[in-house]
Amino acid sequence: MKREFDVVVIGAGPAGMSAAIGLRGQGLSVLVVDEQAAPGGQIWRAVEAVAGTPTGKLLGDEYRAGLDLAARFRASGAVYQPQTQVWQIEPGWHVYMTRDGQAEAVRANQIVLALGAQERPAPFPGWTLPGVLTVGAAQILLKTSRQVPSEPVWVAGSGPLPLLYMAQLLRAGGKIAGWLDTSPPGGWRRALPWAGAALAGWGDVSKGMAWLREIKAAGVKRVRGVTALRALGDGRLQEVEYTGGDGKTVRAPASVLLSHEGVVPSIHMTRALECDHSWNVQQACLTPNVDEWGQTSKSGVYVAGDGAGIGGAQAACVRGELAAIGIAQQTGRLTPQAALGLAAPLHEKLAGLLRLRPMLDALYPPRASIFSPPDDTIVCRCEELTAGDIRKAAAIGQPGPNQIKSYTRAGMGPCQGRQCGYTIAHILAAEQNRPVAEVGFYRIRPPLKPLTLGELASLDIEEEKA
Amino acid sequence: MNARSCDVIVIGGGLHGLSAALQVARHGKRVVVIERHWVGRHASGATAAGVRTLNRDLGELDLSLEAMDMWHDMPSLVGDDCGFHANGQICVAETPKALAALEARVSGLRASGYTHEELIGPDELRRLLPELSHHCLGASIARRDGAADPHRALRAFRHSAEAAGVTIVEHCAVTGLERAGQDWRALTEAGAWTAPYVINAAGAWSARVAAMVGDDIPLATKSSMMMVSERLRPFIKPVVAIMGRSLSFKQSDQGTLVIGGGLQGIPDLDRETSTARMQVLAKGAHAATDLFPAVRDIRIVRVWAGLEAKTEDMLPIVGPSPNAPGVFHAFGFSGHGFELVPVVGAALTDLVLRGHTDRAIGNLQAQRLMRPAGATPERSS
Ligand SMILES: Cc1cc2nc3c(=O)[nH]c(=O)nc-3n(C[C@H](O)[C@H](O)[C@H](O)COP(=O)(O)OP(=O)(O)OC[C@H]3O[C@@H](n4cnc5c(N)ncnc54)[C@H](O)[C@@H]3O)c2cc1C
Repeated sequence: MKREFDVVVIGAGPAGMSAAIGLRGQGLSVLVVDEQAAPGGQIWRAVEAVAGTPTGKLLGDEYRAGLDLAARFRASGAVYQPQTQVWQIEPGWHVYMTRDGQAEAVRANQIVLALGAQERPAPFPGWTLPGVLTVGAAQILLKTSRQVPSEPVWVAGSGPLPLLYMAQLLRAGGKIAGWLDTSPPGGWRRALPWAGAALAGWGDVSKGMAWLREIKAAGVKRVRGVTALRALGDGRLQEVEYTGGDGKTVRAPASVLLSHEGVVPSIHMTRALECDHSWNVQQACLTPNVDEWGQTSKSGVYVAGDGAGIGGAQAACVRGELAAIGIAQQTGRLTPQAALGLAAPLHEKLAGLLRLRPMLDALYPPRASIFSPPDDTIVCRCEELTAGDIRKAAAIGQPGPNQIKSYTRAGMGPCQGRQCGYTIAHILAAEQNRPVAEVGFYRIRPPLKPLTLGELASLDIEEEKA
Repeated sequence: MNARSCDVIVIGGGLHGLSAALQVARHGKRVVVIERHWVGRHASGATAAGVRTLNRDLGELDLSLEAMDMWHDMPSLVGDDCGFHANGQICVAETPKALAALEARVSGLRASGYTHEELIGPDELRRLLPELSHHCLGASIARRDGAADPHRALRAFRHSAEAAGVTIVEHCAVTGLERAGQDWRALTEAGAWTAPYVINAAGAWSARVAAMVGDDIPLATKSSMMMVSERLRPFIKPVVAIMGRSLSFKQSDQGTLVIGGGLQGIPDLDRETSTARMQVLAKGAHAATDLFPAVRDIRIVRVWAGLEAKTEDMLPIVGPSPNAPGVFHAFGFSGHGFELVPVVGAALTDLVLRGHTDRAIGNLQAQRLMRPAGATPERSS
């Protein structure tokens, strides 16, 4: 028998947990699924196990803040199913998922996609060498297994996450070989128009300043205005080469290089469901169009949290609560007036939390070079295609990303285009002298996550028995 | 509006449109291919690219056999083998009843003088497919059959067509066809083209194009689904089907498993897309893991559904329009048109150049599916 719920929430991070708590508060039946083993999402990964340990201490207050929400979520009465992969959503809504090798389809009237963000893929020469990974990946290792590289690490990138990670790594006893700051120079000048917002969002700004002070106090070498970044090595990372703001190119020994160029909303599910999206020029990414409750252009499909636009953990919580109210209204549990009444303070809070966003966007725009990697740089890792391969294919007719896919196989591998989608779109746009937004994006094919033939077959057996 | 004139207008830039365009142009004709999206956007880009005579309907078997010869000589047509490997196609029997059906088919073919299908027993089956589950009893095989690489085929046909002087116009839909003296005028979003001959190779939308010239040809839509796995070590060469179950199973040159076999998604002609249905694909996964237990843990990375026209008798329509002189149809391939690509283009070339062909398209005329003029419309059931 197919299980049925009022709402299926996908993702148990800040947004998903908050939505579930709110929905349960309105008496709706809720299933929350998540691929991780415990609630918390990326930011509060493994918080229940780690918060009380020394690692929890060094990860800081922002991290431990997740503990309380996780506890309320556990007590909310939502059915929580960890280690579950959702791999397809069909209208109706039928949510297909796999757990322990067994596939299942669950039916729900509404779905909340609380899938957060992914690090922006930022190809540069050598980024596929062993020893090169992202700051986000390194931070997960730190959170889940307190893994600290024994050798000094190079950190290259821009945005708040490298700052936070460096501070955490130093507290954990790690060493930093150098910080290659890739944020384009003139950040504060660009950010000036939002100085007022910065004052209003002082808490966040001062946090960032505190991380900076920690990094400085540890004597970390910071190279500003880094442009051309290369990872070099034979079979694994051995050296890093960069050009600093002063125009000098430097080569230095390296065993670990962590890169990070900001985060972008996870849009695979909303794209697969053919929800409407808009192009965010500052952040060079797509975001789903949502109403005040987080509902997409498809009735009954809500997005909460960073998946609806980057806003951070606190904003994600508020958006989760708003989605719950929106759904309660849609299902008749709340009158429109009651819903608006509940939502008013939340909307105000959200506006406050998002006030700092334009400033951060101005401070940390994605640097242009990640969208036009040199010809010999791999852009599609699964199929090992270089930027040059894509440029060559771009000369046949006026292809969009989906044609490039069939010409070259870019985006056809196991990552399903998550790593190369934006890069391909930008390369095509540059070659064809068109705006990226016009070039478009891959059509997203199921499954949303790879699943095995055996898992898919198990779905059939289940249905035949029913 | 600027009018452009040429000898042949081909509507649809799938493989059939390209094949016809290329072969006609090689005879010195000026040809334009008009494609609504981009070359290969629909069935030809979505295809499993099986090159199969095995289990072909007798109504198209002779044509299919000629096509097979052309596949074996593909470089002479398009300068590339299109990734075609003649590793055979095999239809496996899991039960005595299925085996009996295969035996009946093969002996029937023998009686009519066809020798391209053979029966093989368990030993040879194991030799050809070492990892096949031991419950399989035997199989039929067509040894000259195989599979190609659809994207490579599209590239080769496109390049050859362009080299032969064909003009390819993409992102341009034909919205109407009208008489202009002795010629046909194709109206499009980007102006009109005129020519004495029109080839309708518009795939799933061909009935709409046929209707533009007064041919009312009943057509349904097929939305076959495919799934593709991550790459794995080479482990199977022939293409494998099962008697009585929906499955076609093979490994591509890239090492990915390509699994399909007529499992149907949900077509939407107006939106020009189709939706995959996982519940249905699960049956394909089931059949695949029954045959090859070793693939249970292989990950599926992509699934899609294609769109193409399906006729009532599952045979294509290849030949002149009954109502519009100078218009030729080539559509309704009902899920098995890839193999026919070289030969249908050749047959259309004969028709354009000489008005007739010796190729075996006698069973494929549109009239067989159309109501006789003046008959009362049948009530649809
Ligand atoms: C999933 C799948 C698996 C298959 N597997 C096999 C197989 O293993 N072996 C085999 O032999 N066959 C197979 N087939 C069938 C084979 O792929 C098709 O028969 C063949 O590709 C049809 O080619 P076509 O050129 O007729 O159609 P298409 O490739 O669909 O081309 C028609 C073109 O016409 C265009 N068009 C339509 N209307 C207009 C208009 N008004 N103006 C301009 N352009 C227009 C469309 O955009 C389209 O590009 C399979 C098909 C599918 C979908």
